[in-house]
Amino acid sequence: MTQQNRLQSGGRIQRNKALSFSYNGKTFKGFEGDTLASAMLANGIDVVGRSFKYSRPRGIVAAGPEEPNAVLQLGATEATQVPNVRATQQELFDGLVSNATNGWPNADMDLMGYVGKMGGRMMPPGFYYKTFMYPQSLWDTYESFIRKAAGLGRSPLENDPDTYDHLNQHADVMIVGAGPAGLSAALQAARSGARVLIADEQSEFGGSLLHSNEQIDGKPAAQWVAETVAELSSFNNVIMLPRSTVNGYHDHNFLTIHQRCTDHISDRAPEGQVRQRLHRVRAKWVVLASGAHERPLVFGHNDVPGVMVASAVSIYVNRYAVAPGKELVLMTTNDGAYQTALDWANAGRKVIAIVDTRANPQGELIEKARTAGLKVITGSAVIDVQGSKRVTGVSVAPIDADGGRVTGSIDRLSCDTVASSGGWSPVIHLSCHTGSRPVWNDDVIGFLPGETVQRQLTAGSINGEFNLKGCLEQGTRMGAQAAVNAGFEANVDAPAATAAVIAQGPAMALFHIPHNKPTSRAPKQFVDFQNDVTAAGIELATREGFESIEHVKRYTAMGFGTDQGKLGNINGMAIAAKSLNKTIPETGTTIFRPNYTPITFGAIAGRHCGELFDPKRYSSMHKWHVENGAKFEDVGQWKRPWYFPQAGESMQDALNRECLATRESVGILDASTLGKIDIQGKDCREFLARVYTNAWAKLPVGKCRYGLMCGEDGMVFDDGVTSCLGENHFLMTTTTGGAARVLTWLELYHQTEWPELEVYFNTVTDQWSTLTVSGPNSRKLLAELTDDIDLDRDNFKFMDWREGTMAGVPARVFRISFTGELSYEINVQANYGLHVWEKLFEAGAKYNLTPYGTETMHILRAEKGFIIAGQDTDGSVHPYDLGMGWCVAQKKPFSYIGKRGMAREDCVRDNRKQLVGLKTKDPQAVIPEGAQAVKDPNQPIPMTMLGHVTSSYYSAFLGHSVAMGFVRDGLSRMGETVYYPLADGSVIEAEICSPIFLDPKGERQNV
Amino acid sequence: MFDIYCPHCQEHREEEEFHASGEAHIARPLDPDNCTDKEWAEYIYFRKNPRGIHHELWVHAAGCRKFFNITRDTQTYEIKETYKVGQQPTVTE
Amino acid sequence: MQKYSGFGLFKHALSHHENWQRVWRNPTPKKQYDVIIVGGGGHGLATAYYLAKEHGITNVAVLEKGYLGGGNTARNTTIVRSNYLWDEAAHLYEHAMKLWEGLSQDLNYNVMFSQRGVLNLGHTLQDMRDIERRVNANRLNGIDGEVLDAKQVQEIVPMMDCSENARFPVMGASWQPRGGVARHDAVAWGYARAADALGVDLIQQCEVVDFVMEDGAAVGVRTRQHGTIGAGRIGCVTAGNSGVMAKLAGFELPLESHPLQALVSEPIKPILDTVVMSNHVHGYVSQSDKGDLVIGAGIDGYLGYGQRGSYSTIEHTVQAIVEMFPVFSRVRMNRQWGGIVDTCPDACPIISATPVENLFFNCGWGTGGFKATPGSGNVFAATLAKGEAHPLAKPFSMFRFHDGSLIDEHGAAGVAH
Repeated sequence: MTQQNRLQSGGRIQRNKALSFSYNGKTFKGFEGDTLASAMLANGIDVVGRSFKYSRPRGIVAAGPEEPNAVLQLGATEATQVPNVRATQQELFDGLVSNATNGWPNADMDLMGYVGKMGGRMMPPGFYYKTFMYPQSLWDTYESFIRKAAGLGRSPLENDPDTYDHLNQHADVMIVGAGPAGLSAALQAARSGARVLIADEQSEFGGSLLHSNEQIDGKPAAQWVAETVAELSSFNNVIMLPRSTVNGYHDHNFLTIHQRCTDHISDRAPEGQVRQRLHRVRAKWVVLASGAHERPLVFGHNDVPGVMVASAVSIYVNRYAVAPGKELVLMTTNDGAYQTALDWANAGRKVIAIVDTRANPQGELIEKARTAGLKVITGSAVIDVQGSKRVTGVSVAPIDADGGRVTGSIDRLSCDTVASSGGWSPVIHLSCHTGSRPVWNDDVIGFLPGETVQRQLTAGSINGEFNLKGCLEQGTRMGAQAAVNAGFEANVDAPAATAAVIAQGPAMALFHIPHNKPTSRAPKQFVDFQNDVTAAGIELATREGFESIEHVKRYTAMGFGTDQGKLGNINGMAIAAKSLNKTIPETGTTIFRPNYTPITFGAIAGRHCGELFDPKRYSSMHKWHVENGAKFEDVGQWKRPWYFPQAGESMQDALNRECLATRESVGILDASTLGKIDIQGKDCREFLARVYTNAWAKLPVGKCRYGLMCGEDGMVFDDGVTSCLGENHFLMTTTTGGAARVLTWLELYHQTEWPELEVYFNTVTDQWSTLTVSGPNSRKLLAELTDDIDLDRDNFKFMDWREGTMAGVPARVFRISFTGELSYEINVQANYGLHVWEKLFEAGAKYNLTPYGTETMHILRAEKGFIIAGQDTDGSVHPYDLGMGWCVAQKKPFSYIGKRGMAREDCVRDNRKQLVGLKTKDPQAVIPEGAQAVKDPNQPIPMTMLGHVTSSYYSAFLGHSVAMGFVRDGLSRMGETVYYPLADGSVIEAEICSPIFLDPKGERQNV
Repeated sequence: MFDIYCPHCQEHREEEEFHASGEAHIARPLDPDNCTDKEWAEYIYFRKNPRGIHHELWVHAAGCRKFFNITRDTQTYEIKETYKVGQQPTVTE
Repeated sequence: MQKYSGFGLFKHALSHHENWQRVWRNPTPKKQYDVIIVGGGGHGLATAYYLAKEHGITNVAVLEKGYLGGGNTARNTTIVRSNYLWDEAAHLYEHAMKLWEGLSQDLNYNVMFSQRGVLNLGHTLQDMRDIERRVNANRLNGIDGEVLDAKQVQEIVPMMDCSENARFPVMGASWQPRGGVARHDAVAWGYARAADALGVDLIQQCEVVDFVMEDGAAVGVRTRQHGTIGAGRIGCVTAGNSGVMAKLAGFELPLESHPLQALVSEPIKPILDTVVMSNHVHGYVSQSDKGDLVIGAGIDGYLGYGQRGSYSTIEHTVQAIVEMFPVFSRVRMNRQWGGIVDTCPDACPIISATPVENLFFNCGWGTGGFKATPGSGNVFAATLAKGEAHPLAKPFSMFRFHDGSLIDEHGAAGVAH
């Protein structure tokens, strides 16, 4: 294919590096240095998509992030699909595969377009709120059609093969935008020695200078750019990031930069490289030099392919050597856009006319155009466009001085390209991200950054400074100022690079071009191309009473596209304001929020996915568990062995075996994950008495005690055994999941309430491995591994602990029991954990030492009626609800945490839900955990629920099920029957009983 | 994302190292047992929740583990000062 | 009120849409109303509508300091479900659900309530116990729901990673088929239009700066723009500003106002046909009719009235979404925003009389406000009409914090909304 619109010379493209790409299955050629958009235009591709609502053919209108139409599907393989790529920002690479996102059978020949043409009038803004309601039953059907029409591109259906990085940056001066202002600022800041970070969304630095004909310091602008970039590169205190969009400006000068590292090479990152990088920047000072976007004018059929923003035409001609047509009509409200006509003529293409909305424009560029022989029609406007898939001509008519009305007869001009300029809108997005309200400026005809609490300066056309000289000066001053503010020495009056000032006449504040018909009857005049929002739609919204600009935006969907209204929003606000007889500042603006342009989810996630989504914590014995076939359970970040199935065993088989082995001989549990907090200091006893509900004053050294912790509301939130290691030294254990929370809570009370208590807390969870050996043979087994701990039942009693060695390593052994059996918890330094574990198995073979996991632990403790905080509690139960009043001290001198809370009116009333045991009528029936109890299983729905089952298992040792659950007033309803109606319609009947199903006297643990 | 000066570490660190812990300067009643239910509820649940200057408790969770106070504007998110527990704020409006 | 219908739309198309009626009037406030609603969000507008429709009280003004539906109504993730744990909350949200089910027809305004089902995922054994407990309670309360295993979840959401390889593999889910999403703005506009048609005055740009008190009772409000306006009863429905309003009335609330953020992707072709929420992995997502993936984040931990939160919260949320849906890694995030949620210690709202006579508050919905809109307005209207709590509102008195009768919905409310 030939590049029929490629100019013979000029541009920044590499003509010796031809690249081929495909669009909608056809192959085309472009050059290195092209964007996908410039290459498409070079090849004469007019239609790049179909519009969302009316399915109208759409072409490229802009050259940067403001492009609303050229939004394509990219990707050569399924896994590397990228939806919604803006062709104007995608650099061309060899082998690029692109497709239009809408249109059936294709964008060029779209059958939906006929529906749009016929049905368009039925689809004013908000039409869906007014219809599809009747009959109610059909809404699902209506909606399925609405959804089919939705969306632009499509998500890949395979997992992303690429990786993404995060990089934290600290900058003294962060500069956003590398145009004339940004580069000038960077130079000054760099020379001060400040750490400078400068980012720009384009492939190379220079901004508007990359397509400018102007001179700086007497040299072509592009040469000044090259020299400036070269100088910046020579500083080792400067980081330059092209292809990097500053997307979000967050509080306290935190900014995010989305760097596209390899998207210009391929749709898949080369081996070993990251596709994109998200820079997280904390900057001392920020200089926003983000420039301005040109506004198109709003006129009839202004969406026909071939209608473009004026400066975009210049960019394609000058930077990419592409003239996107043959014959141009330019419409403008200002002098600046005349340059586009001059560029077009210089490229050897025909300027049909310059249509100036002003009656008597005066200025250097106008003179230049007239001198060049270009036809200038003043006091007039292009009121509509002819053509469907490409412009074929325009209607031009005289308008009155304020642009409100057509005043004379209409002329037709033939052309294939229309460029329009309504002036420039400063790119103030980032300055608004932290809540700063922009301020309208009548001279600029645009919003400027408002007051902010961020350490932020602005330079260049973001301030409405549209002259090159002024941009260079502002950049120079603000770069130095930012450096000074950040604590560096710089001269804020340093001379800036110089450029000629082009004398310009005043621009006209005109947004919406009048038509000889009223807006409601005129040809569609588009404001927001991506969402098919028209001037008539906005006027209708205001007529219907949507008077706030936020209402207008939401009712019409203006600005909700992937371009976020960069082209259309100001025009839309102006149309709404006019329709409401208000000024633009009175109507106000909508708020800009991150992102400035869309960011890949993968880049935001970075490496924090999959294996690195959340750290996994393993105990020292994890390797052994894996080798021995453990199934694991996630508890917090820990991977805990759940059960250890043997070949051919079901889960229940394994549990039965593990339970029986423990009850009949000896079992072992890896309990290392329990939280362990080392507490020292002369007041730790007093402290414990305040945070636990029971008494601690007299616990002697060498003893352990179980404790309950409540919040100030009296509700149980954690529990565990705490041991007295020394007069001023305790070891607290907590639940696995609650460890961090408990430590923070202890610190909170110590630091903020009782700093006078001398007490120190340290987490030692990871320092110790905990091996729980449980069962009648546990003492015999331990005896084989120690020669310095006296295990005699009378010398080492239940709830004692001893220090000594175990399998040759230093150990603390606690005789405590969560199974009800004779049981020891061995704590050894974590790096010895596996060693001791293995030694236990060597010695334990003759006792059939059996490893068990959390599930067997749960069964064994449930047989004994022991609670698990978090499973049998839910933050709404106090110790008495649990039947654990025995663990609440009444006479402690200090009003410990939880005491007052559990005395509140609602906590002491009758009829609270209380934890009880549940004996099923059918001993083999296991009530599902979470089942809800009712008194009368035949009560119609809604039923009166009495409480739910918290723990329920089949006990192989007892030969029947065991369960615990809450029942309203349960502790005084022993022996009564409750019913559990299940989802499958069956009902399980159970008798309320004590939760202690095994050995109520505690004889087994005391042997 | 906040840039927070820890008065204990004496340097600015990222918000991700800290946890907000609610309103500061809420003292636990000295005699809880003689509080009415209403007084107790006010201590544990009721808060000033201002739009504007707020004195709040934070903890340097992934740092020194110390609690400290911040005076912050809840509208603009400006941090006016940070100070240790036991000290009084200098910015009050 | 001009009735909306497909035929009406056709008729208006013929006249170039030049003759549509205003959706609501722009009245000048009267000196005195029977009831003043402070706050013109979804809940306030619904309250006004039901006051007029169900209680015949039409001398009502809704005073809104900004624009109607401009607070959390305009900035939530539009999820509707009623599968709450405790009876009190479940009945209230189910009351709302039933009203949702006929709302478009009732209001003659299509709120696009789409019952595409809501999945609350379980990733741990305790998650699954909690799900069983909640679904059983829901079922016996007459609320639809079932417990699904991982395989069934995968069938409903084929694009989600339900494999064993995930960091926290999906073990199952609760499934409420009647849950779904609605078009948030339309809810506010539909209620506003219908309330206006029944005679309610909707006053925008009217900020209440104080309450007028007589003998300890509220008898009116002072406004910034329209002076003093008298009222028999006042209902304050100012999510995101409740604490400030309470302070004006001279009391504190058990509330904290936090930023709650959300984000959307660029619009993509339909790929997710239901609402997926995970408390454990900490994110939730649905796809709008426009094609955006609508994603909710967790609450930021600090007080914040800035309608924005911290980037790290967004980051964690996106990590969760990519973890659940690795295929979304190359999709792009378009926009993020924040709301202000008033959160109660028990994650349940306050619908209540206050220490000030004639002054009632409806607040503290935390993350649950949008889904409750019709029910909240309905019971609050009844409360204002009678001067005492509607039976469904009774458990949600602000005085429950005094005696300790909290309704702890943290498990069901959590991050997921």
